[in-house]
This record gives sequence, C-alpha cells and structure tokens, in this order.
Amino acid sequence: MTSVLASAKALSKEACATGERPVLRERGQREVFCGLTGIIWLHRKIQDAFFLVVGSRTCAHLIQSAAGVMIFAEPRFATAILDERDLAGLADANEELDRVVGRLLERRPDIRMLFLVGSCPSEVIKLDLSRAAERLSVQHAPNVRILNYSGSGIETTFTQGEDACLASLVPQLPERTETTPHLLVAGALADIVEDQFRRIFSELGMTDVAFLPPRKSSDLPAVGPGTRVLLAQPFLTDTTARLQERGCEILTAAFPYGVEGTMAWLWTVADLWGVPRARFDEVVAPAAVRARKALDAHKFRLAGKRVFFFPDSQLEIPLARFLHEELDMIPVEVGTPYLNQKQMAFDLAKLPADTLVSEGQDVERQLDRCREAKPDLIVCGLGLANPLEAEGFTTKWSIELLFTPVQGFEQAGDLAELFTRPLVRRTRLEV
Amino acid sequence: MQLTVWTYEGPPHIGAMRIANSMDGLHYVLHAPQGDTYADLLFTMIERNDKRPPVTYTTFQARDLGGDTAELFKSSAKAAYDRFRPDAMIVGASCTAELIQDDPGGLAKALALDCPVIPLDLPAYQKKENWGAAETFYQLVRAFAGTRIPAPGTERPQRAAGERARCNILGPTSLGFRNRDDVTEILRLLADLKIEVNVVAPQGARPTDLTRLPDADFNIVLYPEVAQNAANWLKRTFGQPFTTTVPIGVAATRAFVKEVCELAGVDSTAFLSRERSRLPWYSRSIDSTYLTGKRVFIFGDATHAIAAAKVANSELGFKVVGLGTYSREFARDVREAAKEYGVEALITDDYLEVEQAVRDLHPELVLGTQMERHIAKRLGVPCAVISAPIHVQDFPARYAPQMGFEGANVLFDTWVHPLMMGLEEHLLQMFRDDFEFHDGAGPSHLGGHGGARETVADVPAAVVAAAPSADTIVLETPVAAAAEGPGGWAADAEKELGKIPFFVRGKARRNTERYAAERGIRTITLETLYEAKSHYSR
Repeated sequence: MTSVLASAKALSKEACATGERPVLRERGQREVFCGLTGIIWLHRKIQDAFFLVVGSRTCAHLIQSAAGVMIFAEPRFATAILDERDLAGLADANEELDRVVGRLLERRPDIRMLFLVGSCPSEVIKLDLSRAAERLSVQHAPNVRILNYSGSGIETTFTQGEDACLASLVPQLPERTETTPHLLVAGALADIVEDQFRRIFSELGMTDVAFLPPRKSSDLPAVGPGTRVLLAQPFLTDTTARLQERGCEILTAAFPYGVEGTMAWLWTVADLWGVPRARFDEVVAPAAVRARKALDAHKFRLAGKRVFFFPDSQLEIPLARFLHEELDMIPVEVGTPYLNQKQMAFDLAKLPADTLVSEGQDVERQLDRCREAKPDLIVCGLGLANPLEAEGFTTKWSIELLFTPVQGFEQAGDLAELFTRPLVRRTRLEV
Repeated sequence: MQLTVWTYEGPPHIGAMRIANSMDGLHYVLHAPQGDTYADLLFTMIERNDKRPPVTYTTFQARDLGGDTAELFKSSAKAAYDRFRPDAMIVGASCTAELIQDDPGGLAKALALDCPVIPLDLPAYQKKENWGAAETFYQLVRAFAGTRIPAPGTERPQRAAGERARCNILGPTSLGFRNRDDVTEILRLLADLKIEVNVVAPQGARPTDLTRLPDADFNIVLYPEVAQNAANWLKRTFGQPFTTTVPIGVAATRAFVKEVCELAGVDSTAFLSRERSRLPWYSRSIDSTYLTGKRVFIFGDATHAIAAAKVANSELGFKVVGLGTYSREFARDVREAAKEYGVEALITDDYLEVEQAVRDLHPELVLGTQMERHIAKRLGVPCAVISAPIHVQDFPARYAPQMGFEGANVLFDTWVHPLMMGLEEHLLQMFRDDFEFHDGAGPSHLGGHGGARETVADVPAAVVAAAPSADTIVLETPVAAAAEGPGGWAADAEKELGKIPFFVRGKARRNTERYAAERGIRTITLETLYEAKSHYSR
C-alpha cells in the first residue's frame, strides 16, 4: 500500500507544475471555525464597539461556547436570533432589526460603533445587512456608527472574520490627502505588542504610524495615497484590497514572528523610509539579542522535532517558517485554510522543499496522513486536540496562538514556549 | 428576532449530537455549513472526551451553494458509512441547511446504505437543544424497539416467580449535568435493592440495545427533558410503567426508592431504614441554624429547578423567593411547584429577564446555571450551579452526583459553600467599620472578591456607579431617580440602612420604600425605617 503522505505529496506536485510551490488542494469536511469567532478578540480590541450577530441559535451558541462561558464580564457581543416569524416573512426583518438594535443601544449607551455581523442563515435568506447598517446609521447618528460585515462559515474561516471586519472599516477611514508616506500597521495586535512596535518605529525616526483596528472607534486612522500598509497578520486579503482601492500601497513582507520574522518585517519599512542599516541594527540589536537568548532556551527541546499543522488561521505558514528557521523543527505538513501565495511569499520560500503545503481540508484524510507521519507535535483545533492526545500524540491547540501576544522580539520566547510547553508537560507527567 | 446575550440551550441538532455521542455504534451525518464543527469542542473540551464525536459534517461553503449541495450530502454520508461502518445512522440538517431544504432523510434513503438510517426533523428556528435530544432519542427508540411491537391485544407477559424485576434507565446523555455520576449512584441503589438493570440509554447503549428495551418490567426516567417522550411511547406500546420522581435530594430519593420498589414488587422498608445521606444531620446540626430563611433564587432546567426548590425549602430551610426555568416544555410543572412556595414561576429563555428578576428579588443565594453565575457575579450574590448549561468545571474529575443519597451530600456542600459562614456574618453585623472584614468583601474563605462591584443589595437605584475593575462593565444607564423626591431617604435613615448587613439590605430598602409609599410618607426617616422593619417582621 502506498503511503498516504507520499501520494498526497505526489498529488500536490501534479497540481502545480508551474514552478510555483506545489500545494495540495483538498475539499471535504473542514474542521474549522467560522469567521464569527473573530468577535472573541475583536470585541476586546476595539473598546467602544459592539458586535451584533444576526443569525440563528447556533451562532449564539458558537460564540458562547468558543469564548463566552469563559468570560464573566458583560461581553460586547450578542446575537439577534432569527425565528420562524422572520423566516416566514410574518415579521418585517428590517423592523425587527431596528427594534433589537434600539433595545441594545438603550442598554449600552457607551457603544459608539456597532457591527451587524452576517451569518450563514442571514446570508442564505439574503437579509441585506449593509442597507440595514446604512439606515440605522442615519437613525442613530451621530452617537453610533453602524457597520456590517459577514462572519458566516460559508464565506469566512476563523480569522477571515477579522479580515471582513477590518475591510468594513476601511471605507470609514478619513481621507488623507498629503502624499508624504506614512505607515499603517494592519491586523489586531495585543496592546503590549502594539506599544512595543510603536516604540521601535519611533526610535527609527518613524513617528507617523497608525494601527488598524484602533483601540477606540473615534481614533480611526486616515488613509490615502501616502499610506504604506504593513500587515501584522497574514489573513487580511480583503482588507488589503479595500485599502488599495483607497490608494494605499501594500507592502510585501515577512510576518513578525520570532527574531528573523520580526527583523525582516521591520526592515521592510525601515528600508523604505531610508533608515540606514547601521542605525536599524543599532535600534533593534538589544531586543534581537534578548529574543535570541530566549529562543535558545527552547531550541534544544524543539530542534529536530517533526511538526504537523492542521488548517485553522492562516498563521500556519509563518509559524512553520519560524519553527523551522529559528528553532530547527521539521514541518511535515503545513495546512492552511486559505493560501495567499503573494503575501506569504517570504515565509513560504523558507519552508523545506519536502514539506507538504496543503490548502483546504478533508479532515479524515488529513488525519490519516497525520497518523501515518507520526509527528512529534501536532498543531490543531480544540475538536481534534484531546482525541489526538488520547491516541498518544502531543498537540498544541492552535486557537491560543491568536489569544496570546506572540509577535515581535519580546514575545519570541513566549511563542516558542507555546510549542515546548505541551512537550515538556508530556515528559513531566508520570501518571 | 430575539436579542440574546447568552443562550440557555443550543440549537436542536446539538441535542441530536448529544444522543449520538452518548451511544456506541451510532453515527450522525449533519448537513451544516463550514464552522458548525465548533460543536465538537463541547465534547472534546468541555466534557473532555478522548475521542471525536461520531459526527460527519458536510461543511458546505458559499461556492457549494451554487452547485449541488444535495450531492455533497450524499457523498459525505457514503464516505462516513464506508469509514465508520456504524450499526445505525442518524441524518439531519443544521439551521442553515434547513433553509436550503436538501432533505437529508430522503437523500440518505436513496443511498441504500447497509444499516438503518433514521432521518431527523429538528426545526431549528422553533425548537432547542433538549427538544432535539428528546426527539432524537424518541425516534431511535421507536426505530429499534418498534420492531418488537406486539400484536394488538397481547397481554404483557408476567415475570416468572422468583425472577428479579428488571428496569431500563432512560435519559442520561453526554453533556448532561453530572449524568455520569448520577447513573453510577442510581445503579448502586438498584443493586442494593436487587433490581436488575436491563438497558441504560442513551448513555453507553448501542442501537441494538434499544431493541431490548421492551424486555424490562418498567422504566426509570432520570431526565424527563430527554427521556419523557420515549418513556411515554414505551408505556403506550409495551405497557411499561415509568417512574415520575427524580431522585434529587433526600426526600425525593426516598420517594424514588418507594416508587421503584412498588414497580418492581420489592419491599423498600429495610433499605430505607438504613439512611445513608449526611445531609439530614448536617442540616440539623446547630451550625446550620443560620441558614434558616436564607432567600434563594432558583433557575435551571425544569427537573433540576423543581428538585432544587424542594431541597432548598425542606432540607436546608432556605426561603425560595424565585423559581424559574428555560424548559418551556415543562413550564406547567414548574408553575405548579412555584405555587408551593408562594412565588410566581419565571418561564423564560431570555437571560436579561432572569437578570432583572434576580435584581428585583434580592436573593442571598442564587442556584442556577452557568448563566446565573454571570448574573450573580455582576450583582455580588453568592451562587452555586444546579443545572446545565454548564462549563468545564462542572464536569469534575471527582465523584459528584446530584442524585441519590451521595448526591444530597454533594448538594449540601455545594450550596452552603458560597455563603458567608455564621460567625463571620454575626461579626459583620456588630462591627461595621473593620477595614479588612468589611461588608461586601465577600465570604473570607472564598477570597479575591476585592474591587468594586455592583451589589444588588447595596446600590441605591439612583446611583449605579461605573465599576472600575476591568472585567466588569456597567450595563444600566445611571438613572437620575428620586433621591429627594417622594420616597426619598433622609440622610440619617440612609446611614442607618448602611448598617444593615449587605445581603439583606436590598430587601430592607425595598420594604421600607414600599411601606413609605403605601402610607404617603414623603421622606424616609429613621422612624420610618424601624416602623417598616417592625411592620414586615410580623
């Protein structure tokens, strides 16, 4: 019997004989979150925003199961659950929505920005939430701005929810007419990481730096032909397209994981801004030295270990690059829900030639490949992690990579630690 | 549309999934969009199962909608059958798939798989999780036990003399609140009573085991939310009686034993004379005297809420000030139970209504679900969990039943724990200005309560201050209310009110204001406060 992994690799070569990197494209059951899940961190990042999902009980249950029951604070998200009357057309969906939004805003007068988040049911019944957002914006102006995006499973996978959310913000950004270059960093980052990057940019002499999303909806950054966009997250395909429409230039760079990733990421803009390499090195050197030292503490545990990524967030390829280039791990298969080859070029090029890159998923077949490959560490979602642990594998649950400050020099050690922790734990437990 | 902050139940297909995951050899093919696989983590994370739930999802995407989603369903079902070779399959749709109307039942039938396929019709926009579980279980029981339906007029064969009575245990499921240990506890009890157990279902049963259900003499319905429909059908079809008492609490367990013994033709006297719950003695011991009349608000599924009210009232000596459920299917039972305590039942699945009720009733303890923990935390009221929905901490490693005599021990410890202990309560009333042992610092054995919070009993209606701590966000608009208007408080009276222990202060405030309003008193003075106190203490 031929090995499933070998035949998958053969297939991926066949699928792409154009000189680009071969990618195995699979379709089947996808064990992934929908884009609604992005709300879990977005509602904390933008502090005066509220996310109202228009969907079914399933949507409400999803957000609450994925995050809600762990959060005891009053969350800034809720669901307008569609019922029979809405479907049967007995109730005017728009009137219903107005009523729900009214009740919500009455309850939360501190809210300045409200996202109406589309779901599978609302998309399938073609509820026009963008028009509803426009209408309600007029109604609640100037206190509350109301926007719309889709976080439905049929259209978005996990982090693509953030992409859709930020893309909906782009038309709201004020116009910047001056053409002098300024920097916009796109992608939600932990506050501490954002602050670190801001400090580094300022030391490099770049003071005109803005972040998207902002922490407050009143601080929307202005964009225009002078805007250079540096992506802090790899999943912002739609956001970049919208920013391009606004005249922004999108930079192609590495992603800021580990020392090398962060260095390359920062250098992309420093170089563009005409910062001399010597000055750049001077600024980043102390942090880079610290970060290398922090990585060394983990390298001996990770070097030579084989890692397998199930698709989840589009962070897989940059993370595999980090684990391989900086910690000497061997990526066996790197799965990603969606592959933007252009944005991913830097990281993709650094993966070993015999690493199987797969896009999409047929979870049962991927599990077959994974079991056959017997990796030392499996990066996967919560639905697969415990079952794989029970089979004797060591897993790292992938969602944590979105919930933890992992970018930049100061977090490089923490990022490595996320991968060593399950391995250490497995050797430590004696029962 | 319904504005939902937290939902008490998932959609009905989650209920079906709970049945599939409870059983062995049963596979569920669910027509659902990408992302609905989140449900897997309910089982793998919250319940910490060591295997994936037996569910295959079609996970269609937008691009599939233009094409043939029915074909996608068929190929998924076929692939699932080929890979897992189940004894039986259930097929159905999630809420989004319900909209596209592919008819999973018909499609699966057309595949002519080599195993029974039971189609599920779970209306996702009308019904919820428990209904889905009950319906799925009922359909499965019908499908498998249905092959044994006797000819009309057939008498139920009598048990041979000397043969032990046999029963089925119906209702325990995956993701059920403490179902694992409840079953163990009930099995022990039945073993002591020398009653045989024929089938436990759905937990641990195979589809073929359901065919054996009619072999039992009677059924034990542990969780009516899941098993009532199936039990009714088994009674109609095979003449099997079923139990109606849910053995939560000492009295209910004793009543349950009597009921079971009657159905089994066993004498329960000897067994019942060997009492083995510690609750009655713990509750009688003088240390528990201060529990008398503690005001408790109860909310949960109907079964657990009704049982908890009984235990709270008659076994711990609390005063039930509120009782409610989100199980509309059992609303009547809860309304009836509520009458016993002179309260009106709160039947709702709206979290905000429950929150308002807790706010209005000023309980000293909340017994509820995971959601009531959110409410209680915000309002600074002690809380214990008695019912699903629950989170990971309520799937404990230790033995923690709610049912039977050991279950009663667990209830005693769990419910008393969040309360402030007696001496602490006394000292707080005597010395109000202690800097570390102060009002609202929370029971000292629970620690870490610090920081400001909105205390249900403490905050005058007019001043709902913004809570500074990062994880509490104030909800209500500060209302400019009657600080000096009719029913306003004079400064000395307000100060005196502050000397009343915080857990009863809200009630004292409300009673005084009502007293003043009824008598047209415009300003509440010290006199009014004490007059009201004497008025209501009658």
